[in-house]
Amino acid sequence: MTSLLPTRRDGGVPPLRSPAPRAGLLEVFQRRYLLRLLVRREINARYSGSFLGLIWSYINPLSQFCIYYFILGKLLDRGTPNFAVHVFAGMIVVHFFNETFNAGTRSMVRNKNVIRKMALPREMFPVASMLVSLYHVAPQLLILLVVCLAYGWNPDPMGLLAIVMAITLAMLLGTGLALLFSVANVFFRDFASVVGILTNFVRFGVPMIYPYSIVEERFGETLSQYYLYNPLASAVLLVQRATWYGTLTVEERAGELPSYLFERGAIMIAIAAVFLVFAQWVFRHFEDRIPERLT
Amino acid sequence: MSITDSTSIVAENITKSFTTRYQRTAKQVAVAKMKGRKVSDRFDALHDVSFQIEQGESIGLMGLNGSGKSTLLKIINGVMAPDSGSLRTRGRIFGLIATSAGFHPQLSGRENIILNAAILGMTEAETRRKFDEIVDFADIGNRLDTPVGHYSSGQSARLGFSVAVHADCDIFLADEVLAVGDRPFKRKCLKKMEEIRDSGRTLFYVSHAAGSVRRMCNRVLVLQDGHLAFDGDVDEGIKFLHYDDESDEANEPDADEDDADEELGADI
Repeated sequence: MTSLLPTRRDGGVPPLRSPAPRAGLLEVFQRRYLLRLLVRREINARYSGSFLGLIWSYINPLSQFCIYYFILGKLLDRGTPNFAVHVFAGMIVVHFFNETFNAGTRSMVRNKNVIRKMALPREMFPVASMLVSLYHVAPQLLILLVVCLAYGWNPDPMGLLAIVMAITLAMLLGTGLALLFSVANVFFRDFASVVGILTNFVRFGVPMIYPYSIVEERFGETLSQYYLYNPLASAVLLVQRATWYGTLTVEERAGELPSYLFERGAIMIAIAAVFLVFAQWVFRHFEDRIPERLT
Repeated sequence: MSITDSTSIVAENITKSFTTRYQRTAKQVAVAKMKGRKVSDRFDALHDVSFQIEQGESIGLMGLNGSGKSTLLKIINGVMAPDSGSLRTRGRIFGLIATSAGFHPQLSGRENIILNAAILGMTEAETRRKFDEIVDFADIGNRLDTPVGHYSSGQSARLGFSVAVHADCDIFLADEVLAVGDRPFKRKCLKKMEEIRDSGRTLFYVSHAAGSVRRMCNRVLVLQDGHLAFDGDVDEGIKFLHYDDESDEANEPDADEDDADEELGADI
């Protein structure tokens, strides 16, 4: 019977090792094929049985923009130029982050059938949730760009950098939080409700439905520094820098954005990356108890 | 026994304990604490289990309900990690453990085959190569492109089973067996399992049916309350469990039917 030893492609014998996946996020990206399928499953399942299918991911943001245009831009006009674009740009980041955080937190419980029975890196599910949310960012960005062009936008290369930085920041932070809260949610389902409250704070804690200039006006230079310690505020401001800012005239631009926006964004990205490593460490610590607590 | 290149599974003093919580909400816990009742309890699902299995052996894992069989299988599968001790395996592991667990009811059979194969660790090329074989074996006719949610439980189990048995692996675990399949399908599965066994793969087979263990396995492990109570010859193991007497027939409604094939479906 020894003639049929397991062999690897190079002819050697694979080593004896623990069968449990242990490489965490690294292994998630080693198994890109599975990750791709899981993301596609989520996207397909969301629109299965619908006639318009993926077109909905254009209709939803478009309808939202129309509401902003008429209600915030026309009805509640407080003097901020092109306010609908301002809100819409912020909404893209907030929506992406909140979706990642929310769906990621629930992802472990939602996939408990698989997690309890099959060995695969469990980080897969929060990461897949993040990628599904990211997938829906593309149509929103596209609508935003079209709208900006309609407002007489002149794009600049720094704007492109700003968008990439904003998405990266929201991605790192969202994945890190999703990892932490998904494992917490396995132990106490209360955490899904906590996330609901936190995402509400996010919606109002960033300069989305009010311009940043108001914050500086009311809080003053020093206090608004604390406001800017919120990494998502940086992400939102970066997207506004890339899009909305470009639709303003030079006079209108004064005081609308804080100084050192890019530097601040870069520091926030570094912090978010460290946070993600920390989240992975915590996740690994509690991971072994996940299958038995998922009932 | 020393560890060589042909060693397939090594378990060294593995212990796994679970915590049972009687109360979950803060109010219930507070009330229980005040009344001096226990809030939680720990018990060992597996206690100090050690064994070594060579490549190509076919092991029957037996024991009463709650004796730790599923926990052991989950540890070998890599779903759970032992609290202490170590378990190491060589090569790729596949299993008939909840084969349809990864199915998504809204996706078609085709999409689910591909997804399930990926969850089990198959690559894209491997899936493409084996796809027709898998579909043929599952034999679900023209329903391949309809959502799995519309399948009967038997059909979805067939699909899951078919994916699992077609992967190249070194260790094959069989737990959930074919209680839902019809008789021709059960027979086909038994044949496939024997093929897997004869191909030199390590087979780990959990069963209560003495007949099918006798037929499939050449070594038996018996678990009793989380302890490894017996490790050795098949007939002695079955005798150890007292599964060889008249209870045999009582446990297996199919045992009086024409061949032992049917026993496979009567498990668990």
